[in-house]
Amino acid sequence: MSVDLKLVEAKQMIAPPSQSFSMWVWIRKNLFNNWYNMLLTLLAGSLLVYISYATLTWVFTEAQWAVIGDNYKLFMVGQYPILALWRIWSALTMMTFMFGISAGTFKGTMLRLCYILSTIYLVHIIAPFTENTSKIWLTAQLVMLVISYFIGSKIPYAKRFNIVGWVISIPIILFFIHGFGILPVIRTNVWNGLMLTLMLAAVAIILSFPIGVLLALGRTSKLSVIKYFCIGYIELIRGIPLITILFMAQILFPLFLPTGLTIDNLLRVMLGATFFTAAYMAENVRGGLQSIPNGQYEAAKTIGLNPVQTTAFVILPQALRAIIPTIVGQSISMFKDTSLVAIVGLVDLLGIAQSVKSNPEFLGRHMEVYVFIAFVYWVIAYSMSYSSRRIEKSLGVGER
Amino acid sequence: MVQTQRNIEVGPLPKTNETIIKCEGVNKWFGDMHVLKDVNLTINKGEVLVILGPSGSGKSTFIRTINGLEPIQKGHIEIDGVNLSHDLKDIEAIRKETGMVFQQFNLFPHMTILKNITLGPIWVKKKPKAEAEKLARELLERVGIPEQADKYPGQLSGGQQQRVAIARALAMQPEIMLFDEPTSALDPEMIKEVLDVMKELARSGMTMLCVTHEMGFAREVADRIVLFDGGEIIETGTPEKLFDNPKHERTKLFLSQIL
Ligand SMILES: Nc1ncnc2c1ncn2[C@@H]1O[C@H](COP(=O)(O)OP(=O)(O)OP(=O)(O)O)[C@@H](O)[C@H]1O
Ligand SMILES: [Mg+2]
Repeated sequence: MSVDLKLVEAKQMIAPPSQSFSMWVWIRKNLFNNWYNMLLTLLAGSLLVYISYATLTWVFTEAQWAVIGDNYKLFMVGQYPILALWRIWSALTMMTFMFGISAGTFKGTMLRLCYILSTIYLVHIIAPFTENTSKIWLTAQLVMLVISYFIGSKIPYAKRFNIVGWVISIPIILFFIHGFGILPVIRTNVWNGLMLTLMLAAVAIILSFPIGVLLALGRTSKLSVIKYFCIGYIELIRGIPLITILFMAQILFPLFLPTGLTIDNLLRVMLGATFFTAAYMAENVRGGLQSIPNGQYEAAKTIGLNPVQTTAFVILPQALRAIIPTIVGQSISMFKDTSLVAIVGLVDLLGIAQSVKSNPEFLGRHMEVYVFIAFVYWVIAYSMSYSSRRIEKSLGVGER
Repeated sequence: MVQTQRNIEVGPLPKTNETIIKCEGVNKWFGDMHVLKDVNLTINKGEVLVILGPSGSGKSTFIRTINGLEPIQKGHIEIDGVNLSHDLKDIEAIRKETGMVFQQFNLFPHMTILKNITLGPIWVKKKPKAEAEKLARELLERVGIPEQADKYPGQLSGGQQQRVAIARALAMQPEIMLFDEPTSALDPEMIKEVLDVMKELARSGMTMLCVTHEMGFAREVADRIVLFDGGEIIETGTPEKLFDNPKHERTKLFLSQIL
């Protein structure tokens, strides 16, 4: 057996040489090290200054933001009845609760996401155009976040609780928003605005993920029926634009249903978006599967794991880790693509923007409207890519 | 079953005459390439067999046919009375009897050392988690790295990783251990720690098939050496016989190149 050999007694820890890192040195070294770099720096610098100046002037002096504040409810939830807004707030509270629980359990990325969430709530509490009832609800969200954070860091079986909690929270959220006849039903044609955008994106992303994994695994299957079905599906869907799929979900889908049975328009669009994204997810997952060296399969075989166990414990966890960046990229792009649903008559955030800017009362305010919704899209997309980078880091992707 | 025997310098256990592996007329092709040609070999329980031979002679392929990683096209392989056929049941049974250690370790990088070792016992042998972990810690103790249980493979040195791989294979409590060049990917200073573990394993009575280029190990530990060339066994014998008094010309040539 190995013996611990100490050849030399460690004497003293020596600190690494401190890097004197002055900004001035950095600037000289990177921006002004030769004449063309100097020229480029000056050019880019002045352009930057010019653009920021113009933008800031516009934002703070010329733009008339009243169009946003006055229509804020529309942007967020569209035509959803005002008297039933408490139901959306309740659904949001449920979501906030789960975010807090997860942050308490996992800390790290979830905690950062909660910071972002609280910042958003806080900004809305401070904002002058927010109504008082909304302020109360928003404050409740903040309190809920803190409480659930502490619950999350204390509960036993925290991980299981999280999984069960998230799974249960989905029907609860849907129950509040839809009503299912227990509460008065609120039809999906008035589910608009940011709420619709988020729901569409969430459904498409969450559902397409497991379907994509199954398709990717199916594609590597030894059973040719399954294999060619998966290949056919993936290649077919990837060859069709999302808009076409949305139209087909709208027009073709009902033709296949027995008469009398109708499927809600929103549901059809959700399914269309899900099946569309799933094909891309499948290709991403396949890339991940291909990156796993054969030795991993062999090692799993030699300790006696069957193919299902091998996939579940050895191959998939590694494959998925390797493709977190692509999965998130795909999710971000799906999130932005939800803006296409306006074409099939759903009124998402962009749809609301269209109707607000054509309101004669706010004539000429389209710039403000677009800048605002661009900002909303950006905040959400950036939060996603930010968490992806953090998750990658904490899992050590690319470091092994 | 193999018992932990540490700190005891026992001589080799008496070998039994009970056959555990029987290969008869084994033939294997990769496409048109004939890689194993009529290989016949019988191995007794507790025997330590070292397989030598030049690169590309079919050593890895042969050792991988023993646990069904490579299917054969002709011949029989019988492990502990079970005929290795294409039947998945038999292959599963044989994989439970054999452990394998690879040149590239092939640890699962996303799992801690403890998880690596307990995965098989928990899911294949259906052992309770606590029992599997106890066994894993004993094995880590046996291979000399009990303190690494909660690290990830990437945080260990090559020699340590290979010892974990051995522990992982032993956790399935196999009758036979297969080693395919277990020290070839290691820095010289780590080779010894792995060979020491293998020596201890050999002394404890494990049936072992080792493909290796470590002649010192072969001479010291092997009961029998098999020399492969061009997919055939060209000579077998005790280390003394084979090293000091080789019969075959190709054996002489091989030994002159490697020693
Ligand atoms: N998967 C494979 N497909 C096709 N040919 C293969 C495959 N694996 C091995 N071979 C070929 O079979 C022959 C025997 O290979 P094998 O790996 O068994 O040799 P080896 O004795 O282990 O050599 P080394 O000492 O280099 O590991 C070689 O010619 C090799 O190129
Ligand atoms: Mg080899």
